[in-house]
Amino acid sequence: MRKLVDTPELRRVRPVKGRVGQNSEHESAVKHVTGKAQYVDDLPEIQGVLHTAVGGSAYPHARIVSMDLSRVLSAPGVVDVITAGDVPGHLDIGPVFPGDPVLVERECEYIGQPIFAVAATSFEAAKQAVKLARIEYEELPAVLDVSDGLKDEFFVRPPHSQISGDADSAIQAAPFRLSGRQYVKGQEHFYLEGQASMVVPTEDGGMMVYTSSQHPTEVQKLVAEVLGLSINQVQVEVRRMGGGFGGKETQAAPVACIASILASRTGRPVKYRMSRQDDMVMTGKRHDFLNSYEVGFDESGRILGTRINVSGKCGNSPDLSDAIVDRAMFHACNAYFLGEANVTGYRCKTHTVSNTAFRGFGGPQGMMIGEQMVEDIAYHLGIDPLEVRKQNLFGKDERNTTHYGQLVEDLMLGEMMSQLEDESDYQARRKDIIAFNQTSPFLKKGLALTPVMFGISFTVQHLNQAGALLHIYTDGSLHLNHGGTEMGQGLFTKVAQVVAEEFQVDLDRIAVSATRTDKVPNTSPTAASSGSDLNGMAARDACLTIKARLLEFAAGHYGVNEDQVRFENNHVVITGSSQADESGELWVSFADFVQLAYMNRISLSSTGFYKTPKIHYDRETGKGRPFFYYANGAAVSEVIVDTLTGEYKVLRVDILHDVGSSLNPAIDIGQIEGGFVQGMGWLTTEELQWDDAGHLISNSPANYKIPTAGDIPEDFRVTLVNNHPNPEATIYRSKAVGEPPFMLAISVWSAIRNAVASLADYRYAPPLDPPATPERVLSAVTATRQHLAQQKAKIEEGAK
Amino acid sequence: MISFCLNGVWKQELDVDPSMTLLRYLRTVQGLTGTKEGCASGDCGACTVLLGYAPDGGDGEWTYESANSCITLLSQLNGKAILTVEALADGSDLHPAQKAMVECHASQCGFCTPGFVMSLAGLHHQTSVEGKKKADRQEIVEALAGNLCRCTGYRPIVDAGEKMLSMPDNHVDIWCPPAKNASAEVNSPSATEGTSFPYVPKTEKELQGLLAQDPNIRLVAGATDLSLEVTQQFKSLGNTAYLGDIASLRTITETDQSYEIGAAVTYTQLEPLLEKHYPEFGGLLKRLGSRQIRNQGTLGGNIGNASPIGDTPPVLLALGAEVQLVNGQGEERWLPLEKFFIGYKQTELQPGEYIRRIRIPKLGEEESLKVYKISKRLEDDISAVLMAVWTKHDQTTIKDIRVAFGGMAAIPARAPNVEVALRGNALSQQTFERAGEQVKNDFAPLTDVRASREYRLQVAANLLQKCGWELMSPGQLNRIENIHGDFSGEGKAHA
Repeated sequence: MRKLVDTPELRRVRPVKGRVGQNSEHESAVKHVTGKAQYVDDLPEIQGVLHTAVGGSAYPHARIVSMDLSRVLSAPGVVDVITAGDVPGHLDIGPVFPGDPVLVERECEYIGQPIFAVAATSFEAAKQAVKLARIEYEELPAVLDVSDGLKDEFFVRPPHSQISGDADSAIQAAPFRLSGRQYVKGQEHFYLEGQASMVVPTEDGGMMVYTSSQHPTEVQKLVAEVLGLSINQVQVEVRRMGGGFGGKETQAAPVACIASILASRTGRPVKYRMSRQDDMVMTGKRHDFLNSYEVGFDESGRILGTRINVSGKCGNSPDLSDAIVDRAMFHACNAYFLGEANVTGYRCKTHTVSNTAFRGFGGPQGMMIGEQMVEDIAYHLGIDPLEVRKQNLFGKDERNTTHYGQLVEDLMLGEMMSQLEDESDYQARRKDIIAFNQTSPFLKKGLALTPVMFGISFTVQHLNQAGALLHIYTDGSLHLNHGGTEMGQGLFTKVAQVVAEEFQVDLDRIAVSATRTDKVPNTSPTAASSGSDLNGMAARDACLTIKARLLEFAAGHYGVNEDQVRFENNHVVITGSSQADESGELWVSFADFVQLAYMNRISLSSTGFYKTPKIHYDRETGKGRPFFYYANGAAVSEVIVDTLTGEYKVLRVDILHDVGSSLNPAIDIGQIEGGFVQGMGWLTTEELQWDDAGHLISNSPANYKIPTAGDIPEDFRVTLVNNHPNPEATIYRSKAVGEPPFMLAISVWSAIRNAVASLADYRYAPPLDPPATPERVLSAVTATRQHLAQQKAKIEEGAK
Repeated sequence: MISFCLNGVWKQELDVDPSMTLLRYLRTVQGLTGTKEGCASGDCGACTVLLGYAPDGGDGEWTYESANSCITLLSQLNGKAILTVEALADGSDLHPAQKAMVECHASQCGFCTPGFVMSLAGLHHQTSVEGKKKADRQEIVEALAGNLCRCTGYRPIVDAGEKMLSMPDNHVDIWCPPAKNASAEVNSPSATEGTSFPYVPKTEKELQGLLAQDPNIRLVAGATDLSLEVTQQFKSLGNTAYLGDIASLRTITETDQSYEIGAAVTYTQLEPLLEKHYPEFGGLLKRLGSRQIRNQGTLGGNIGNASPIGDTPPVLLALGAEVQLVNGQGEERWLPLEKFFIGYKQTELQPGEYIRRIRIPKLGEEESLKVYKISKRLEDDISAVLMAVWTKHDQTTIKDIRVAFGGMAAIPARAPNVEVALRGNALSQQTFERAGEQVKNDFAPLTDVRASREYRLQVAANLLQKCGWELMSPGQLNRIENIHGDFSGEGKAHA
C-alpha cells in the first residue's frame, strides 16, 4: 500500500477536541443552519416516485357496510388504491400486543383510522383523490371518555397494582385524611417534521425504507411482516428526525408499512408524508389520565398511608399503554414516601386514536397526582407546600423504599432542594409575593418549588440492550454507527465524544452516519432517555475491543508491556521502547499508528454490545428494581396571574438538575430547557379537545398552541449539579437527561395554583386540572371565591 | 408570466398555476429543500423565507420582510426577490444568524432551524440597515413569535439573536438583486380556456376590468387565509387577481378628520401609524398573527374575510370606521363597517366588488381607545374574545362610548345593552360592573375549541371591569401581555 498522504496537521501533537465533558456543538449544527440537513421529505426523489394519502374512518366506532373507491381510482394521477384485503402478509402491526390493523378490515375504532390508501403521482393528487371515496358505515356505540371505560371495565389490558403494607388501615388510622381527583389531559407531540417514509423496492424483491422513526428495527420487522418477507429482505435507514418525543416510537411504522405495500404492488418508490392535520388526527398522543388519591397524614403533613388510582385513556388498542400506565404508577410517588400504599393502574379502552409514548411515558401524568396530593395537604394544613414536600422526601435510612419495592439509593433531592431554595432566594421572594398579593387588586403572584425523581431504564427488561459498530480506516479516521437514532437530542454527538475520549482523538475525526438496520441489527427504540446510556456503552465496548487489539499489537511491535502504551493528544505514546527519544517516550500519530497496525494485519473494526445490569421487575408481585438509577432535578417557578381574565405569565424559573458527570453540558442544558418548556406547554396552553362525536377539534397549530419564544421565562437560570458522578457505572458516570426535565414544569402549574390560592389566604387548594389555560385558571379563581363566600356564610351562620 | 429574483437569479415562470404556493415551488420545482413544511398553514414558521421589495422609483436599497412561503402564492411575487436559507452563507462563511445559532447550541432536531435563521437574518438585515448593532430582547422575541421550536425551549435561539447583531454580514451581494434583463422577458400569455390564470393588475382600472369580466375572480391580498383552501383543503383557487401591486390600494392618506387606509396595506405598514395615534390598536397588532403574517396580511383582507374572530374588525367598529367599496364599473360606495357584516362570513360585498379603503376617524379631545385580546397563548393565537372600547369621557362622566366584541357572535359586533349601561353614566367601577352584567343580554356565544360559552361571557364582563379600572387610573401597568422582566408591582415595569 502506498504510504499515507503527508498531512502534518494530523501529526501535530494537539489536545483532543470534543472529549467527553466538552460543549461540542451538535454534529449537524452547521447543516441545520444552512438547510443542508436532509429529512425524509428532502431526499432527492427517484424517478417515478408515488405519493400517498390515506382515507380514514368518519366515525369513532362503526362497521363498514360498503365501500366504493372507483372514483378514487379514476381520479387524476392515481396509480393504485389499497384496502385491508390487499395486504399480502400479516395485517396486524401492533408493536407489543395485537390490535392495530394496518388498514381496517370491517370495524373502525377511531375517527381517522386508516381504511384505504392511495398512491398518486403527486401529494396533491393523492389528497384530492381520497376525498372521492364513498363509504357506508353502520354506526356502533362509542366509548369516548376514560370514565366510561373505567365504569364498564372496558380495558385494553388488565389492571395492575403495586401494594406496600395496608394502605386503607394506615389512612383510617391517620390524624388527617384527604382525598382528591384530577383529570390530566394528554399532549400532541408536534414534532416539527411530520411522520414520513420513503420506500424503494430492491432488486431482490425486498424494500429499502427511509423513515423518520425512533425504532428502525421495529419498522423493519413490521414492513417484513405486512409484505410476508423475511426480516433480512427489508432494510431501514434513519439519518435524523425533525423531532420525535416518543411520537415516532411506534407511530412511524404504519406510515412505512402502508408505503411499502404500495411500493410492493406498483414496483415504484413510494413516499408517504402525512400532512400536519392528518398527523394530528391519525397518530397517537400522550395519554389523558383520570387520577385520584386518598391519603392519611399527620399534623406536620407527613404521609402515613396512600391509595392512588391512575387510569390512562389508551385509545383503541394496547400499543405501549401497558408500560405507560406502569410508569404512571411507578412515578405517582414522585420523590415522596407514600407510607403504606396501594397504587393501581387501569388501562381504559376508548374509541379514540391509540395513545402512545411521549417524553416521560406516563411518568408525568402519574407524578401530577402525587404533586397535587402534597399540595392539597399543605393548603389543608395552611403551611407552605415546600415544607410538606421536604417533609415527605424519601429518607436516607428509613422511609426509603418505593411502593414497588425499590430502595432509593443516593438520594440527593434534600440537598438539591435546599441549594435551590438558597440560590433562588425562595424564602425572601415568598415573603415579597405574599405582601404583593395583599395589596394588588387583581394581579396575583405565585411561587412553587417542585422536585423530580425519575427512574432510568426501560421497564421492559429486554429493551435494555444496545449495539454499536466502529471502524477505523487506515488514515486514522473513524466511522461510528450504533442502534440509537438522532432526533435532535444530540445522541450522535455524545456517542462520538465517547469514542473520541476512548482513543483520545479529535471529535471531527469520527464520522457518524445514518442509523441502519444492516449495520447494527436488533436494536431497541431510542426512548426512555436511554440513548446515551445504552449506545454510549455499546460504542465504548467496541472501542475497548479494538483498543485491546491495538495495545497487544503495540506491545509486541515496540517490545514493551501493554501498560506502557497509551492514547494521548491524537497520538499513541509508547514509553520505554528502544525507539524512544531521551524523554523515554515515543509519540506516534494516531494515523501513522493505525496504518502500521493495518500493515500488520490487525482488525480495525468491531461491534460493541451492552446490557443494563441489576434491573428486574415482577409484575405478579408488583415488586422489583425496575430502574438502574434515578435522575433528579428541582425547579422554582414564579408566575403572575390576572384574576379577572385567567391570563398569566411565567416571570422567573430556576432549575437545578442532576446529570451525573455530563457527557456534554451544552447538550444537557438544551435537553433541560427544552424539556421544561415542552412540559410547561403541556400544563398550560396546549389543550387537546374532542367534540361529542369523537372528532379531534384541536387539529392544527392554529388551535393547538405550543409555547413560543414569548412564553418562556425572561429570567431562566439552569444549573447542573456539580461534582456528583453517577454512583452506578454508567457511561463515564453520566445520567440520562431526555425525559426527567419535562416534569420540572410541574412547578409552573403549582405556582399558578399558588397564585390563585392567595385569594383564600393559602387555606384552600384551588381545583386546577391541567392544562391551566386562562379559562381554567379563571375557573379556579371562581371556585376559590365561591369557597370563600361559603366560608363567610358559614361563619355568619355561626355568629347568629 | 411571473418573474422574480430567487437567491440572486432572475427566474421567469410562464405557466403559473394560481394555486401554486411558494413553498411547493421551492421544494418541488427548484429542489430547494432547505425550506421546510411544518404545518402548511402559516402557524409554525419552518417555511420562512425573506421577500425583497424593489425600492420605490428603482433607486436605493431593496427592503426585505419575512414571510411564510407555505401560504404565499407564487402569483404574489412578480418583480420581487426571494431569499431562502440556501443563499445566506458565502461558501463556508456562515451568515451571522447561522454562526450565532451554531455557537449558541440553538438547533437540536434542526427542522425548524432554517425558518428561525431566516427570521433572524431578516432582523439582522433590518437592524444593520438602520445602523443598529443591538436589539431589545423583546424585539428579537417579536421577530421570532411566528417560529415554533419544539426542542430547544427557545432560550439559545433568542441568545443567538442577541449575539448575531454584533457580527457583520459579509455576504452583502445577495441583498442586492441584479438588474432585470428586460429584453429577455416574454410577453405574458393570456388565459386559455380551461386553465386558471393568476392576474397581477397594476392599477385599479385593470382590476375593475377583470372584475367586470369575471365577478367571481378570487381577489388575493395577503393570502394568509385564502391559501388555506389550497394547503389544507386541497382545492384549486381558479382565476386570481393579486391586489398587492396596485399602488393606490397600498397607500395611507391623512385627512382632517380621519386616516384612510388602502385595503391592501399590510399590518406591518400600518404599525407606525397605529402605534402613534391608536397605541392600544398598535399593541394589538403585535399579538395579531406573527411577524411573517403581519408582513403579508392586510387590513382589507381581515375585513373582507369577515371572520367572527378576526382581530381588527371589533376595533374598527369601536372606532366607527367606514369602508369604501368599488365595483367593476368603477362605482363607489361608502358603508359604515357595522353595516358591512351581515352574517357568519357574509358581508355586503357584492360579486364584482372590492374594498378600496378603510376610513378611521381620528381620536378627538377626551376620546380614547382600549383594546383587550384574550387567547390561550399570548403570541400568534386567534382570539377567544376581543373587546374594543372607544370612549369620550372626562374624569367623572362617560360622555359617549362604543363597545365592540369579537368571538362573541357570528359576526364582530357592538354590544348595545352594554353601551347603554355606560353611556352618559358616571365613570366609576360600579358603572362598569353593571355594564358587565349586560354582556349576557347582548351575546349568546358558542363553545368551541378556543373557549367555552361560559368563559366568553365571564371574561367579557370582567374585561369591562378592567377597562373601567384602567380608565380611572391611567398609566398603571396591569396587562399580563405588557409585563416584561422583573415585575415588582403594579404601575412599575422594569425593562
